[in-house]
Amino acid sequence: MIELENVAYSYGGGELLSEISLKLAPGSFHFLTGPSGAGKTTFLKLCYGALIPTAGDVHLFGQDVRAMTRDDIALSRRRIGVVHQDCRFLDHLPVAENVALPLTVAGADRLEDVANMKELLSWVGLSRRADALPPELSGGERQRAALARAVIQSPDVILADEPTGNIDWEMSQRLLTLLIELNRMGKTVMIATHDLSLIRAAKSHVQARVLRIANRRLQLAGADL
Amino acid sequence: MNAVVAKVLGFLVGDAQADRVVPPAGFTVRLTLFTSAAMAFLMVFALALSLASGRLAATWSSELDRGATLRLSAPPEQMAAQTAVAMAVLQTTPGVATARLLSADEQRALLAPWFGPDLPLEDLPVPQLIEITETGAGFDAAGLRLRLAAEVPGAVLDDHARWRKPLVRAAGALRALGWVSILLIGAASAAMITLAANAALAANAQVIEVLRLVGATDGYIAQAFVRRFTLRALAGAAAGVVAGLIAVLLLPSAGAEATFLTGLGFRGWHWLLPLLIAPILGAVAYWATGVAARKTLEGLT
Repeated sequence: MIELENVAYSYGGGELLSEISLKLAPGSFHFLTGPSGAGKTTFLKLCYGALIPTAGDVHLFGQDVRAMTRDDIALSRRRIGVVHQDCRFLDHLPVAENVALPLTVAGADRLEDVANMKELLSWVGLSRRADALPPELSGGERQRAALARAVIQSPDVILADEPTGNIDWEMSQRLLTLLIELNRMGKTVMIATHDLSLIRAAKSHVQARVLRIANRRLQLAGADL
Repeated sequence: MNAVVAKVLGFLVGDAQADRVVPPAGFTVRLTLFTSAAMAFLMVFALALSLASGRLAATWSSELDRGATLRLSAPPEQMAAQTAVAMAVLQTTPGVATARLLSADEQRALLAPWFGPDLPLEDLPVPQLIEITETGAGFDAAGLRLRLAAEVPGAVLDDHARWRKPLVRAAGALRALGWVSILLIGAASAAMITLAANAALAANAQVIEVLRLVGATDGYIAQAFVRRFTLRALAGAAAGVVAGLIAVLLLPSAGAEATFLTGLGFRGWHWLLPLLIAPILGAVAYWATGVAARKTLEGLT
């Protein structure tokens, strides 16, 4: 689905990431870890075409990102749900409409989605907040709304950047359960986090691989957790 | 053709959902409305000026075609003979299309405004007037004067066409100035709408980022902004045109003596021209916002 081949990225100056190769297979579950500033967010951005690698090749669903037009990238985003570290919303629209935004922009806003929408909001525990505006939400509610928005179009891949970054343990457990459930439905999941206890908690429920970014390289961190 | 109409209608009706993704910003929108209204108002006057000076130039030009007059003074007993000589001279002058003696009635009509009706013209030593029509090439006025001086000493060639030519040129220049003003107003509108659109795009950077993240194409994002600004420009321009037309209608009329000022206005089908201003400004806004939006979006990831 997403393939990186010998990818390097530099923001100018030294390379932040180099010689990174990875294939995200359908239905796989990955954790991405590493110290702050190691390049986790950059790595995820390479995975959804927000950044073009300075060296090497990235293929999204079989297409080379360098050969993709801006519209191709936009269309591929409809198959990749992204949960950002700082979840951004359209602050003038209520939560329900923000969650439905991927459908709106895809022109797939249909009546039967209203039912799905309610189900999805109760699934992330936001039924009662559907009419609230995003600035009124707490950190945890924002994270869950962002997750709902990321999955509403039933994407093939879900990339989450520190989804538990500013929520308490109980809430992060809940969020993790949601992501594991999605993975069981066949979605590819990749979670960037530096919260090792979250990874340990997940390992008992799901066959997860843990990747670590260290010294600009991507390594498979296995049994040491 | 139908496809184009359907596209324009689709654009005007729009996608209610797509409209909502851009927050209803207050200030730039009101400025856009005001600017396009003011521009449309000015455009109505520039248009009125151009059309009026065009009419003025046309009127004076048509009077020019009448050419010149020859005024013949002679003692009554020689009048007929001198007139015949003058006519002979005129008919053999290259560049003179026709030469026509004004009848006594016509001469009386010319003098009536000054001396009143029932003037006993026959009792007065009134000069005989001959109306000359030039051919396209015109005649050599200096040469004709020399010939007349030799053969009909009492004849004076009044080449009234000559002093009107600069006036016609001035009217023509005024008309050109009017059109240049219209173009400038259009260009200034495009510039201002571009600035407003850029401000709106910059203010909504987060909106654009979010839309891009959830898979909106550039076309979708641009459309939301372009539609908003085009409709605002259209509405503002329509209001400006209505105000401009009312102002033109209210211009004081100076009565039957058609002076330059009363000519300022629209005649006949020219009334339809100002109605084109709003659609044209709308099209300008559509184009300007489209360019601004595409340029901004291409700079983002």
